[in-house]
Amino acid sequence: MSVVNEWAFIGVFMALAWVFPATPLLVSWIFRPRRANAIKMQTYECGVETVGDTWVQFKVQYYIYGLVFLVFDVELIFLFPWAMAYNQLDFFAFAAGLLFIFLLTDALIYAWRKNALEWA
Amino acid sequence: MEQQCINVIQTMAPCLTSSGVDPGLAQFISILIGVVLVALFPLVLVILLIWMERKVAARVQDRLGPNRVGPFGLFQNIADALKLIIKEDITPAGADRTIFNLAPIIATLSTTMMWAVIPFSPVNIGVDLSIGVLYFTAIGSIGTLAIMMAGWSSNNKYALLGAFRVVAALVSYEVPMVLALLVPVMIAGTLSMQSLVVAQQGMWFIVPAFVSALLFYISNLAETGRAPFDLIEAESELVAGYNIEYSGMKFGLFMANEFMHAFTANLLFAVIFLGGWSGPGATEVPLLGFIYLFLKTGALYIPSLILRATVPRVRIDQMMGFNWKFLVPVAIVNVVVVAFLLQVTKALGIAPVPGETDFLANLPQALVLFVGNLLTIAVALEMIRRFGRQARSETSGAAVVIAEAHDVPSAAH
Repeated sequence: MSVVNEWAFIGVFMALAWVFPATPLLVSWIFRPRRANAIKMQTYECGVETVGDTWVQFKVQYYIYGLVFLVFDVELIFLFPWAMAYNQLDFFAFAAGLLFIFLLTDALIYAWRKNALEWA
Repeated sequence: MEQQCINVIQTMAPCLTSSGVDPGLAQFISILIGVVLVALFPLVLVILLIWMERKVAARVQDRLGPNRVGPFGLFQNIADALKLIIKEDITPAGADRTIFNLAPIIATLSTTMMWAVIPFSPVNIGVDLSIGVLYFTAIGSIGTLAIMMAGWSSNNKYALLGAFRVVAALVSYEVPMVLALLVPVMIAGTLSMQSLVVAQQGMWFIVPAFVSALLFYISNLAETGRAPFDLIEAESELVAGYNIEYSGMKFGLFMANEFMHAFTANLLFAVIFLGGWSGPGATEVPLLGFIYLFLKTGALYIPSLILRATVPRVRIDQMMGFNWKFLVPVAIVNVVVVAFLLQVTKALGIAPVPGETDFLANLPQALVLFVGNLLTIAVALEMIRRFGRQARSETSGAAVVIAEAHDVPSAAH
């Protein structure tokens, strides 16, 4: 298959991947009962009415993990071409890769020392 | 002529064109049929998977499991699906309706789309993308987005808390997973899934990339929300987590997706580390390759079911600590060790030529890498043992202090 056809396959796949899970929802929409009332639609809580707003500012730790992840994920993308061509690369390329991985590790150690990895 | 009959899907476009159909249309029809086959397969398979999971969990807990509907209770899940379809669907007041309804569809979409690049046999693969490995990691992380959408749009505090936790855990465990994937890519020198399997004809990657295989397995347990990392649905703490407000078929999609994802993760493991379809006679009879692949996946999947029914759940701080302070450093060291050893074997002249399918030719390099892997594991285990001992001694000290403050005899006395 040519490159265009390969991605055409993914495109068609993506279109159908929306259709397949939507079908049972649609069938359910046809057959299910609709007896909504205000109490049934309340937000689920433990025996009391829910207090305050849900969409509030949240614990910062989650965002820090998100940032650390972002650093790693972007750097990992750069490592994939290196890994793919590794069979043809010489020792210099190994050293260059090592330097890059060292920078990655450096970021991890920095985050660790700054207690960004503690669940506090 | 005989050659053409091996793979109906791939030869369909030329056949249709020769019988007078417009070439573009013929191509589209063949693609469409291929997509339908590949995409429907996991959706049908999931019915069997849920049955298997319930049976295995029941046996572990000394129960029988579903055994009334159909032979061995096989049709239980079809009955359950029917029940879910005719159940009332509740969207809570104050929910963000569009995102709320999209979330289960996107979750299922992300898992289904991973199947597009899985090589089932030497000739049967949805599409052999040249960046297959990147593709499935990228598509897999759409599932994380779906969980965030579900948790945020539900307008429920449990759901939001669950979603935050899950997303923090999932993005974290993606780092060692992708780092582990670097090693097979380095050995095979390709990102295409079919070429990865072909590169394993001489030697399965679980031998030269043993640490990677372990890392991939563990992070996949976390990615798919399996025990001991099943914080996704911590029933006792978060009631159900991100899908608490979902009911009816929308909940059903989330549940089906979870089982499908767990199976897909094991399938990917079998493809990347256990040689995929490779086995005796697989290149001649593609159906054998298909059977081999699913036998290998089953050999991984059933232990993961038993694991799920056996082990307790870890705390979120332990889960994150285990990832960032153990798995990620080990994964980084592993990449460096393998890269170094690959250069060494090349310098020593014992590296096999690329595309070598002979077992003995692959053996020296694989053994060198395996020993390197074992050393990495030994060092890592020794470090975690010391760390654990230190943590335990600190905790027991604290226990004594608390016990004395409350004037009760502590266990340490």
